[in-house]
Amino acid sequence: MAKVSNQVSSSYFSRKEHWESSRWHPRRYGRIWLGCLLPALIVVFWEFASRQGLVEAYQLPAPTVILTKLIELTQSGELAGHIYITVYRVFAGFLLGSVVAIILAVLVGFWRKAEYIFDPIIQAFRSIPSLAWVPLFILWMGIGESSKITMISVGVFFPVYLNLVSGILTVDRKLIEVGKMYKLSFLQQVWRIVLPASLPSFLIGLRSGLGLGWMFVVAAELMGASQGLGYLLVLGQNTLSPETILVSIVLFAIIGKLSDWVLKLLEARLLRWQDRFVRGG
Amino acid sequence: MALVLEQVSRTFNQVKAVSDVNLTIQAGEIVGLLGTSGCGKSTLLRAISGLDQHYTGSIVLNDHVITGIHDTIGFIFQEPRLLPWLDVKANITFGLKGAPADEIERALRFIDYVGLTGKEALYPRQLSGGMAQRVAIARALVTSPETLLLDEPFSALDAFTKMQLQDLLLRIWQKYQTTMVLVTHDIDEALYLCDRIIILKGQPGTVVDDIKIKQQRPRDRGSVELAQYKTDILAKLEINNG
Repeated sequence: MAKVSNQVSSSYFSRKEHWESSRWHPRRYGRIWLGCLLPALIVVFWEFASRQGLVEAYQLPAPTVILTKLIELTQSGELAGHIYITVYRVFAGFLLGSVVAIILAVLVGFWRKAEYIFDPIIQAFRSIPSLAWVPLFILWMGIGESSKITMISVGVFFPVYLNLVSGILTVDRKLIEVGKMYKLSFLQQVWRIVLPASLPSFLIGLRSGLGLGWMFVVAAELMGASQGLGYLLVLGQNTLSPETILVSIVLFAIIGKLSDWVLKLLEARLLRWQDRFVRGG
Repeated sequence: MALVLEQVSRTFNQVKAVSDVNLTIQAGEIVGLLGTSGCGKSTLLRAISGLDQHYTGSIVLNDHVITGIHDTIGFIFQEPRLLPWLDVKANITFGLKGAPADEIERALRFIDYVGLTGKEALYPRQLSGGMAQRVAIARALVTSPETLLLDEPFSALDAFTKMQLQDLLLRIWQKYQTTMVLVTHDIDEALYLCDRIIILKGQPGTVVDDIKIKQQRPRDRGSVELAQYKTDILAKLEINNG
């Protein structure tokens, strides 16, 4: 999860480097081609195998069949609703989980007593596999939105909390001293030194949290939903329609990747000051 | 107008690091604290700065006992300690946040003064060691400190950069008559810059000598007089006896 992006970081010192990291440089195209090579081969082979009857269509339909299903669902207007509700759930859960995590992490990070109070119980809860909460949440809140969103926020909470706390606790004492020399108040030190310094690890937490959010939305929707991409999975299973399942899986992949990409862009923008490891630079 | 240390001692975990240091530093003086490592010279400087307040004895600045960090004291650390998320300009004006615009405008002149023109928008990761230390010097100067504390500021730099920055420091002194307390283990540096060299020795560290360097500045780094001083100091530190 903590993978650092390496294309955004090359310094913009010289024109040469600038050109090499620019969107028009052939190397970038080459990279995209290389990345597409394997998926394209697999799809071609898959299509071929399906048409030749090497795999049964009721188990693994051909890519074109999946595509047809996708178009069909889109045209009926059904798909937009499913996507909307799933994205809404992930987003709401992500927001809720992150906000609670930020509040607790800031408390624990800055105030030792809060650490003594909150950290043991948080660590204890962390060792419970989060999916184990599902039946309880459904019992408490029914199978409506609130149980699902709570579920997702539990998943998002832990990586955000843990990364932010560790970010705050590992801020360089030497930088704090610089703030002290300028007589910054405690709050100014927090705002001007501690928070920017812990930003990298906070963003890592957000990205892992979002990844878990996508995982948990599937779990939540599998348990009981009448709409959503997870519901499509169940529907596909019950109606013996593997193409519906695969449409859902593909969409999860695309939307999950897109949301991570947004965070990655944000990260690149916020952390452009960082001195990063550049491979083969 | 002076900085006075009276019976200053500092103990870490029952081990005394500095013992009973008495020292008077006149305004506008450049004083070097020289000694081998572990003799407590940095400890002393941190006590003066107010970053460390667990010392005994008293530190008096302009007839007032100071017990914490003081507005008129600036500190230049051994490492530049720049904030990596701020560019050069923002790092230099770090201590002026919220100050009036004209004050910030004035501060930006230091960019030129320390030789960083054209580098304003760079981030610390893009700077060489020498440039980063120039930024740190400018950052310490913008609040117009009357006293500048320097903790081995050039020890991590190569010999040539070091000489350039030593000259920069002297230019600053000529222009502002800033009182400077310089911790160093580099005898040549102390001889080139200081009006007085305080020699600390032992564990706990005590003041063993207070040498006045009367030579006019700018000094010749290779002069016979300075070489003579150096021999004396080495003898005082008992380096050559080993």
